[in-house]
Amino acid sequence: MQTISSTAGEVTSRELRQPQSPLVTIKGEPLPLTSSKFVLSDLAFYYGKVQALAGISITIPANHITAIIGPSGCGKSTLLRTLNRMNDLIPKTRIEGQVFLDGDDIYSPNVDVVDVRRRVGMVFQRPNPFPMSIYDNVSYGPRLYGVTKRADLDQIVEFSLQQAALWDEVKDKLTQSGMALSGGQQQRLCIARALAVEPDAILMDEPASALDPIATLKIEELMQTLKSSYTIVIVTHNMQQAARVSEFTAFMMIDQNRAGTLVEFGETAQIFTRPKNRQTEDYVTGRFG
Amino acid sequence: MPRQTLDREFQHLQEEILLLGSMVEQAILDSVSGLKQHDLAIARRVYKGDAAINEKRFAIENAILVLIATQQPMAHDLRFLAAMLEVDTELERIGDYAKGIGKITILLGESNINIPVRELDRMAEVGVGMLHKALSAFINEDSDLARTIPAEDDEVDDLYNRIYHLLVASMISNPALIDHANYLLWVAHNLERTADRATNLCERTVFLATGELMEIETSSEDDELDEI
Repeated sequence: MQTISSTAGEVTSRELRQPQSPLVTIKGEPLPLTSSKFVLSDLAFYYGKVQALAGISITIPANHITAIIGPSGCGKSTLLRTLNRMNDLIPKTRIEGQVFLDGDDIYSPNVDVVDVRRRVGMVFQRPNPFPMSIYDNVSYGPRLYGVTKRADLDQIVEFSLQQAALWDEVKDKLTQSGMALSGGQQQRLCIARALAVEPDAILMDEPASALDPIATLKIEELMQTLKSSYTIVIVTHNMQQAARVSEFTAFMMIDQNRAGTLVEFGETAQIFTRPKNRQTEDYVTGRFG
Repeated sequence: MPRQTLDREFQHLQEEILLLGSMVEQAILDSVSGLKQHDLAIARRVYKGDAAINEKRFAIENAILVLIATQQPMAHDLRFLAAMLEVDTELERIGDYAKGIGKITILLGESNINIPVRELDRMAEVGVGMLHKALSAFINEDSDLARTIPAEDDEVDDLYNRIYHLLVASMISNPALIDHANYLLWVAHNLERTADRATNLCERTVFLATGELMEIETSSEDDELDEI
């Protein structure tokens, strides 16, 4: 059995009020506080004694796609997993600082972690459908959260698969195994599965790195249609993908203590045409990293 | 430096754009030289030489497009190629001005119209000087230098106005010269535009160095506005 030490008990001294949002602008206009989905305040994260993240403060706008880029080992995935407390599942981890989701500190003691993970869904690098039918893959979450009526589940499955742009391809074979789909379809099935529990945000960790270019573009197009209803945060090694799909980009690097830090955050158009930081410039032009 | 290949390509592009720049500078100087000496051989050489300028321009443009398509340039690299594309076009258009002056020289033939040699010579000298400095600033990504060059355009504008009044006066005094005076007005116009395009190059240098898209305004533009 795993020892989960990153419990809320360790962070009881935290201030439970959401801090002032660091200045985020959209096309030069300041982002209203109500338009932020996540606010991270001086976040640090430790795997045992090893510090993986240090001093990260960032505001992630709602209903936009934010990309996290940076060289291998800079803490991108660790940062992503702090947004739905996925790191809690890793033994001997510890967090400092705060992560606010819609103004609520998700690491505060009275927070239901299961509810956090319902509100913030996740899609992984390799498609990981459950070894069950397409229908059961999508209805699994809603059933877990108490939906039992067949008609309700039917509606959720159809709506989720439609949102994931997969319905037309699978509507006649819902009883077939999800494992029998192509890689791209499996990934969209995983997205449908995440959408079925009506999340606020979706985290994507290299969601297209195992897919061919056409399947990749389908996922990217899907992200564009989903952002009107969901906040999407994507970790990607593919800078062209970050440039194509996201409106905001966070660039991370490791500091002198080998902990991941945020170097620059801004509108994607700015980061990829006139970054303010020299390290960002070197990274996005491929001269470093 | 993981992008040595791309950096080599950039250096090659810089060398090519400097070569195009020197071809264009020489074309302008030769065109004015042919005009003031009534030397039709020089004029024809400038006129025909524009084809080589166009060829070089397209070769550079093609190389830029290939790099954009294959290298996924970002940030400074992207600004470099976008600015280079613009500079490439500006230089080619200045080459067209030289060609135009060559054509006018041929059309004027042995015309006895009084050419304002001193003013045209000075316009060419200042305009080509601006172009030379603008290209140097561009290659060195020297935005400070680039911001100072457009001020020299004021003298070119003054010279243009002086030539304009001289030629209008000659048209009034001898209407038979209207055609030829009009040709010379076009020569002055082409030289005036050469300096304007050198200013455009300076704006591209500021963009390349800082990412700022802006127009560098000269004092003569302010004066023009005051007159409206």
